[in-house]
Amino acid sequence: MSAHAAITGAHVTAVGARPGTTALGLHYEAASGAVADAGLTLDDVDGVLCAYSLAEPHPMLASAFCEHAGLRPAFSAGIHAGGASAATMVVQAAALVRSGQCRHVLVVTGDNRATGMSRDRAIAALAEFGHPEFERPFGLAIYAAYALVARRYMHEYGVRSEDLAALAVVHRRHAGRHPKAHMREPITVDDVLASRVIASPLHLLDCCLVSDGAAAVLVSAAEAAVDCAKHPISVLGAGQGHTHEHIVAAPSLTEFGCRDSAARAFARAGVGPGDVDVAAIYDSFTITLLVELESMGFFAKGEAGPAAAAGALDLGGRLPCNTHGGLLSFGHSGAAGGMFHVVEAVAQLRGEAEARQVPGAEVAFVHGDGGILSAHCSMVLARR
Amino acid sequence: MTTRPLPPITPDSRPFWDGCAHGELRVQRCRACAGLQLPPRARCRACGADTFDWATLPPRGVVYSFTIVHRAPTPAFRDDVPYVLALVEVAPGARLMLNVVDCEASAMGIGAPVDIGFEPREADGATAFLPVARLSPATDPPDARPAAR
Ligand SMILES: [Zn+2]
Repeated sequence: MSAHAAITGAHVTAVGARPGTTALGLHYEAASGAVADAGLTLDDVDGVLCAYSLAEPHPMLASAFCEHAGLRPAFSAGIHAGGASAATMVVQAAALVRSGQCRHVLVVTGDNRATGMSRDRAIAALAEFGHPEFERPFGLAIYAAYALVARRYMHEYGVRSEDLAALAVVHRRHAGRHPKAHMREPITVDDVLASRVIASPLHLLDCCLVSDGAAAVLVSAAEAAVDCAKHPISVLGAGQGHTHEHIVAAPSLTEFGCRDSAARAFARAGVGPGDVDVAAIYDSFTITLLVELESMGFFAKGEAGPAAAAGALDLGGRLPCNTHGGLLSFGHSGAAGGMFHVVEAVAQLRGEAEARQVPGAEVAFVHGDGGILSAHCSMVLARR
Repeated sequence: MTTRPLPPITPDSRPFWDGCAHGELRVQRCRACAGLQLPPRARCRACGADTFDWATLPPRGVVYSFTIVHRAPTPAFRDDVPYVLALVEVAPGARLMLNVVDCEASAMGIGAPVDIGFEPREADGATAFLPVARLSPATDPPDARPAAR
């Protein structure tokens, strides 16, 4: 039996516009689904990790969730790492069960950003990521920060808007195969290029969605995982990389912590990029994914766009990537956005991905990015 | 109509903003290696030392990257769109985020030299001087640039 911590339960709620929901209610829905998926009940949970809600900010979200769900766990805490929160929490949950502090850690994320806050408030909340003195007075928004990365990256490596658009097109194609995806209508490269410019060179369809939704996983100790209903998915190895918080202070606009985080995760897992059967990599913007793919050993600089256009990220391609549709098309619900990637990787490794299934998938790579390519967390998951 | 925000100046950053009010570009300088950095922080990004003074630089820089923002981040910027937001390198590795004003979008490019000025902004009865960039006149056309520059 493997000594690795294992993901034993996983659940994603319906995503999209879900009027009448609350952030805590969405958390509860995802949590209930994840423990039921493991064949357990909430009373089996002895550890809880939560991240944050933009629509319903709580200073202690994990405690608020436990109160809401009637849990009195032996361990509970919140983790704030932006889009890297989900992967980071899974890694921390694995550490909690491997160290014997917990048997079953519930990792739960969710937000009702689409209907729980006005469009203006949602966008303004994203502006809060900017440096209060050296960025926000000049009108920075998170999409503008990624646009600055995109412009520099395109300049250095000859990447074109068509290359970024090719990534958006693949994601929508994947989402069309997922019954819960927020946006499933196919799009073309021309559609992306014709969508309005948000911050040049990024168009509307280069940007992630804003969705209500939630997702949760249960991470169990190896000896506790054998009692669960589904085949356990091992957390084989993980790593992080950090270079900055604000884009004005980033040491580079083309090299980020994802390179180190992936290298560390692969080294600890004892596998390499070529061993990955299916990937779930953070795609808040098309440029986000392109930079990551070209930093983490999957594609050479400038290669990811043309490869995506030629089918490399599709089912049957060299690296089936974000088969649920990603943040670009499946949905993005704050910290749950990164958890959607985790849940999809678990579905693939269990062989439960239905029309999206990568046949025989045994090794998955999951990656989260928080801030402006600021905080990175990579994981290798495996069916073993 | 809300007004665009003023920088919430801190003791760490006050020399920079005082410089702006005096028409000077001041940059945090490491006492150990003379490395320059912005925004100011506790340790030198080059050598790790933690004692600094402030250097006054010529108010010029080079566009490291830029974007033309079409969707305002908050209602306060709604009247300004589209506007140019640029990362401007004022010394190797030391960057400022600035608006490039009075320019055609088509004239923007990575590597373009800019001149930095300082202009007042009022909000809630307070005033601060903020740096603002304009493309250097010498850049257009490039061959008209004085040879000595
Ligand atoms: Zn130094």
